[in-house]
Amino acid sequence: MKSRVLSGENLKRLKEYRTITDVSGPLLLVEGVEGAKYAELVEITLPSGEKRRGQVLQVEEDKALVQVFEGTTGLDIPETTVRFLARGIELPLSQDMLGRVFDGLGRPIDGGPEIIPDVRRDINGSPINPYARDYPNEFIQTGVSAIDGLNTLVRGQKLPIFSGSGLPHNRLAAQIARQARVLGAEEEFAVVFGAMGITFEEADFFINDFKKTGAISRSVLYLNLADDPAIERIATPRVVLTTAEYLAFDLDMHVLVILTDMTNYCEALREISAARKEVPGRRGYPGYLYTDLATIYERAGRIKGKKGSITLIPILTMPEDDKTHPIPDLTGYITEGQIILSRALHRKKIYPPIDVLPSLSRLKDKGIGEGKTREDHADIFNQLFAAYARGKEAQELAVILGEAALSDLDKLYYRFADIFEERYVGQGEYEERSIIETLDLGWELLSMFPRAELKRIRDKYLDKYLPRFKKEEKKEAGEER
Amino acid sequence: MKEGRIVKVAGPLVVAEGMSGQKMYDVALVSEKRLLGEIIELKGDLASIQVYEETGGVGPGEPVYPTGAPLSVELGPGLIESIYDGIQRPLDVIREKVGDFITRGVSVPALDRNRKWHFVPRVKVGDVVEPGDIIGTVQETVLVEHRIMVPPGVKGEITHIEEGDFTVEDPVARVRTGKGEIEIKMYQKWPVRVPRPYKEKLLPDVPMVTGQRIIDTFFPVTKGGTACVPGPFGSGKTVIQHQLAKWSDADIVIYIGCGERGNEMTDVLIEFPELKDPRTGEPLMKRTVLVANTSNMPVAAREASVYTGITIAEYFRDMGYSVALMADSTSRWAEAMREISGRLEEMPGEEGYPAYLGARVASFYERAGRVITLGKDRREGSLTVIGAVSPPGGDLADPVVQATLRVVKVFWSLDDKLAYRRHFPAINWLTSYSLYRDTVKDYLDREISPDFYDMQTEAMRILSKEAELEEIVRLVGIEALSESDQLLLEVARSLREDFLHQNAFHEIDTYTSLKKQYLLLKLILYMYEKAKEALERGITVRELRQLPVWERIARAKYISEDKLEELEGIKKEIDDEIQGLIGGKSKEA
Ligand SMILES: Nc1ncnc2c1ncn2[C@@H]1O[C@H](COP(=O)(O)OP(=O)(O)OP(=O)(O)O)[C@@H](O)[C@H]1O
Ligand SMILES: [Mg+2]
Repeated sequence: MKSRVLSGENLKRLKEYRTITDVSGPLLLVEGVEGAKYAELVEITLPSGEKRRGQVLQVEEDKALVQVFEGTTGLDIPETTVRFLARGIELPLSQDMLGRVFDGLGRPIDGGPEIIPDVRRDINGSPINPYARDYPNEFIQTGVSAIDGLNTLVRGQKLPIFSGSGLPHNRLAAQIARQARVLGAEEEFAVVFGAMGITFEEADFFINDFKKTGAISRSVLYLNLADDPAIERIATPRVVLTTAEYLAFDLDMHVLVILTDMTNYCEALREISAARKEVPGRRGYPGYLYTDLATIYERAGRIKGKKGSITLIPILTMPEDDKTHPIPDLTGYITEGQIILSRALHRKKIYPPIDVLPSLSRLKDKGIGEGKTREDHADIFNQLFAAYARGKEAQELAVILGEAALSDLDKLYYRFADIFEERYVGQGEYEERSIIETLDLGWELLSMFPRAELKRIRDKYLDKYLPRFKKEEKKEAGEER
Repeated sequence: MKEGRIVKVAGPLVVAEGMSGQKMYDVALVSEKRLLGEIIELKGDLASIQVYEETGGVGPGEPVYPTGAPLSVELGPGLIESIYDGIQRPLDVIREKVGDFITRGVSVPALDRNRKWHFVPRVKVGDVVEPGDIIGTVQETVLVEHRIMVPPGVKGEITHIEEGDFTVEDPVARVRTGKGEIEIKMYQKWPVRVPRPYKEKLLPDVPMVTGQRIIDTFFPVTKGGTACVPGPFGSGKTVIQHQLAKWSDADIVIYIGCGERGNEMTDVLIEFPELKDPRTGEPLMKRTVLVANTSNMPVAAREASVYTGITIAEYFRDMGYSVALMADSTSRWAEAMREISGRLEEMPGEEGYPAYLGARVASFYERAGRVITLGKDRREGSLTVIGAVSPPGGDLADPVVQATLRVVKVFWSLDDKLAYRRHFPAINWLTSYSLYRDTVKDYLDREISPDFYDMQTEAMRILSKEAELEEIVRLVGIEALSESDQLLLEVARSLREDFLHQNAFHEIDTYTSLKKQYLLLKLILYMYEKAKEALERGITVRELRQLPVWERIARAKYISEDKLEELEGIKKEIDDEIQGLIGGKSKEA
């Protein structure tokens, strides 16, 4: 569409400028420009003949401020030329992208052919009309108990993993990508994977995992690795989501998007902001970080009358494991919950080390219960949470006062917390538990308490389910005596 | 009007020249795309315009068309059940026009121009009317009678008025004024940044009943009052706002999703038409207006959204209704202000927020209140404003929280520790406050019971004492406490788990009437009384803990509103079980 014959005005505008007056960090100032537009795509030709891409951040009269995605190394003032392309950054899209690998700006790097586009879309997308949204409520079984049972993921949700350096977030993300399914449905699915500033090794882990399981043919990968230009990362999540929107809402696929590592993305954004000398917000990140992240995360969801969906799992490493750092903090304010990994559990060799208490899936309530998982699901998770929380409190108390100072009941909770971490949270990297197995495991663990302690479970479910696990309770009680 | 010319584009901010003679806060259309914007700074010939749509592809040299009118909303039949964006464009109509994604330059009137409403006059030819007088009504929904008022500034004698089916553009009446005859239509326009006038302000002294136990019993808000809910992410701000929008006994609810999630608005759109108002049995949507400028929608329109919402709210207040407005989240509004201010290169105040942050926040909340409206009949209307605040890292030192706390009268402090323990609503009972507690005492004495106030005080005493005792327990263990202190801890636990804890997603627990709140609280305190007596008669806390009646108390909140007499039954069980203990003891002796 855009390759139509250029109008007279556009032809004139496509002239080259050799009028760079200032280069600072990733930014260029070009003067004497006619008709530059805000957010316009720019092509920069270095003296070596190398071409780079950029985007207009601000225009004032005939001066355009341009951010260069591949950085400004090697760029000089007298020889470098700049062309304004009279359009935003667009991504060519087609079904043939499945199975392919691209760089962070969407250029093929797997040696395969260029994409012959079905459509081209601006990578910034447009906001989904809130009135057009359909509420995400379809349960996704990930086979991971700590997620399915306690932090249930639903189709169209955005649920980040808050991790720390050295924690197995990539393994968990790969496990989710491998195992995620909607019960009783055989539908077209796809994975779109965006890497921002991660190492070759980490990227390689995902690619191999996708290859092993054959998922690669249903995947589109965008890789901006640690040694790739940092500013390019600003475009990567947008390129990823533009692809996801196309697959989901044009081609009716259920798309799982994994973005890793959002921390690197935010650092690139901070670099631009610093170069523009903007008033910094907390820890030097720009004041608009919230809005910027929202324009990425909010692209997940469902749309009324469309078959496809976008489920988004961004991964970020919290600097110093600090949840109040602006990146996890602002992410948490936008996403529909968070899965937090814990270093303490990791040290106890528990995989996946999901910190159950501060983790939360806000959409779980709509995705569970009769007809979706099982009638007793809500009560069971309320009770597991309460019991685990009390167990953790008892363990804290015991650190100060010694275990002997605990009441008998608190000792029971103490023990429960340990068993719960080991058996419920902990599981194998290749272990896939059905939701029924997960729920039954919950009952089994809770049956160690006297019935009166199970206040959060309705009587009718206690009557129905508890007796099945009662034997267990008697045995344990017997042992104690 | 004279055209201007763009000289600069930086994100949502556009600077144009040739703009002398324009007024602050007037609307201008930017570029041939005619993107809606508002003049927010004038410097000589230059005007800075904040643009309510994406500015990609716009550049210097393009035209700017001033409109000479300030940013206004349309007020008339058709507001209820609508969902608008931040500048009052109906999102359902936008979807019909341009599809599932919002594209630029869509222009749609806020009120349907074709729909006919049945207008019934309330005055007749010859009557003399003044601003605010109700000249007729339209049954807008089963719940809302829309009262058509004489707009501010119009005064005179009715020369024509008739009953019939009209669109909002049709004149329904004519008034002979000093300046000639004026036609009155069913809708009026009002600039969003100007508070609508009223006759006088009154002190709000009637509680707005929300059905949320911790709020109504301990930290009440009034009709016409102000409240804020600050808290870190995931602590329950939105759920509380939704709960208030659902269950408050206000006549009209305005819900502003300001820079928050799209799915939360969808949730409201799906749920509200299904939920029944406990007072009328009609769907809650029939009294609700939604303003949705989600986080991914243009940031300048987000700044405008709170004003759009509150102006609509004032309009219904002027009809003589009690209106409740929820804004989730005012922090996103403040951030939008900060972003625009940054682009204007204004001197930043704290955390980069503009120096006028406090003034803007204060004047927003000041638009709340209980008032005597314009009009000869001296109607009373009220507007309650409840804002969520989302401070970075949950830190209450945040400038937006601080600016808000300086003006609002109720502070519901959300605590992430409570949220992690799934104690919802995660309102911290030790740090929250309501300055209306004494103001609503008369009402509670009259409507519920004269001892309610003292019961609240007693319950709060138990809870604060618990916090003190827990410190001790942490150091030396529970056994070191006296029997009576141990009992107090038991009762405090019951207060927390069986009264304060309230599950928004449980069909019965989600709403508790004042009467039931009173009875539940009474039950727990009654148990405390009886248990204390038992202690005096030599019963131990250990024995008391074993009583089955605790579990009955724990489940009392699930008793439905039409079976409240069952609560009396539990009282009897308390008597019997404790009597049983005492009896058993004396037999042993
Ligand atoms: N009263 C309640 N009853 C049951 N669950 C609740 C209640 N309040 C909050 N929750 C739980 O907490 C979750 C988070 O609440 P909510 O979305 O209101 O947080 P928030 O403070 O608005 O967060 P954010 O600032 O990120 O928008 C909900 O999805 C729900 O699971
Ligand atoms: Mg919220």
